[in-house]
Amino acid sequence: MISLLLRDLKLSVRAGGGALIGVLFFMTVVAVIPFGVGPDLNLLSRIGPAIVWIGALLSALLGLDRMFQTDREDGSLDLLLMQEHPLVLTVLVKCMAHWLGNGLPLVIASPLLGLFMNMNELAIGATMLTLLVGTPALTFIGAVGAAVAVALPRGGLLVSILVLPLAIPVLIFGVSASYAAVEDPAPFMPPFLILVAITMFFAVLGPVGAALALKNAGD
Amino acid sequence: MSESLAITKFSDLANPTRFLALAARILPWMASITAILFAIGLYLSFTTEGDYQQGQTVRIMYIHVPAAWLSMMCYTVMAASAIGTLVWRHPLADVSHKAAASLGAAFTLIALATGSLWGKPMWGTWWVWDARLTSVFVLFLMYLGLIALNRAMDDPSRAARVSAVLILVGFVNIPIIKFSVDWWNTLHQPASVVRLDGPTIDPEFLRPLLIMAIAFTLLFFTLHVMAMRNEIWRRRIAAQRRMAARMAGREA
Repeated sequence: MISLLLRDLKLSVRAGGGALIGVLFFMTVVAVIPFGVGPDLNLLSRIGPAIVWIGALLSALLGLDRMFQTDREDGSLDLLLMQEHPLVLTVLVKCMAHWLGNGLPLVIASPLLGLFMNMNELAIGATMLTLLVGTPALTFIGAVGAAVAVALPRGGLLVSILVLPLAIPVLIFGVSASYAAVEDPAPFMPPFLILVAITMFFAVLGPVGAALALKNAGD
Repeated sequence: MSESLAITKFSDLANPTRFLALAARILPWMASITAILFAIGLYLSFTTEGDYQQGQTVRIMYIHVPAAWLSMMCYTVMAASAIGTLVWRHPLADVSHKAAASLGAAFTLIALATGSLWGKPMWGTWWVWDARLTSVFVLFLMYLGLIALNRAMDDPSRAARVSAVLILVGFVNIPIIKFSVDWWNTLHQPASVVRLDGPTIDPEFLRPLLIMAIAFTLLFFTLHVMAMRNEIWRRRIAAQRRMAARMAGREA
């Protein structure tokens, strides 16, 4: 299991892995926003947490379709399916590796983008914290989509369409927790705890669903 | 004893020919009962009194509410079929949830469109981003995604198994829709028909609403059986075409 984690991590970090491309895409999306809404710093600082969250969501979707597809292409997916560990565990480890490779860089890059958006320190910290808690949920939901579309030749766009509706609750509570930290009347903890709950819920449901789909997608 | 009889009957239906025979027998009945109920329901909907506040626009409710109920029930039927696909490998379950997806999308679209038409005179806007509307819109997107996934795969049985997994994962949305009006304080009104302390809606409106709801449910099941029948025929034709092509290749 540890070796699988390390192998996936190495694959995602080294050339062609796409981990860096995700971060680049994240920065590009966020950098495009001021051109669209205008360089008004007050407005940017108000919508900043939402923009950073949406950027993170989109770039998390970007790398999803490769999660199982590369393994299928070189045949290692069949080996993973055949080994005696439960498949759910294997998928969970692959999700964790995918998050470490693709999700964690987004979290680390978010403070920089928060500065671009003229957010104050508290808002940046809250956004980073909610991203840290929320992006694993995106990976777990995405694993189901990636496993469902693993056999499709051009599944990338389809994965995004299938995964986005399920990811909306994560976005809602992530953004509302970030705002609650900045604006006084709303308490920070309830939306944040719901976000944690969503992540834990999908940490169970996601690998189970993905394992089921992988078993059935085999030809 | 009766339970085991029901199970045998149910697994008998795994034979598509038996299902087709049964469908041919019950479809005329279902269709005619649906038509009669719609006639009564529509007559009642147009003759009962208008609301003292909403006037004539309250009649939109008789279409909107049943369509919204059906959009959720259809997903529940799909989820049950998905379990049938994954657990019992029941061949009809594959056909069932594939046929229900487009019906569900249609009912959800009706609910959204009539709700939007109703919202304009009542709330002063076509659309608000409140919890109920957003979650139903998400349901609509999920139906479309499932249709797209089904169309993207050539092998029908593999497409069925894979989309069954997705249907079950997406089922988390249904309770969210149902209880969104209770959990969040929204513009959309809370449930007023199905609740513990009895309906809060006037019997004058309740009567046509219930008849329309039953008519819509029967309409759904009629269309569902028809769509399943068409899907079975479509698969048979595809199989025969493939066979014909193979024979032609052998002769050449």
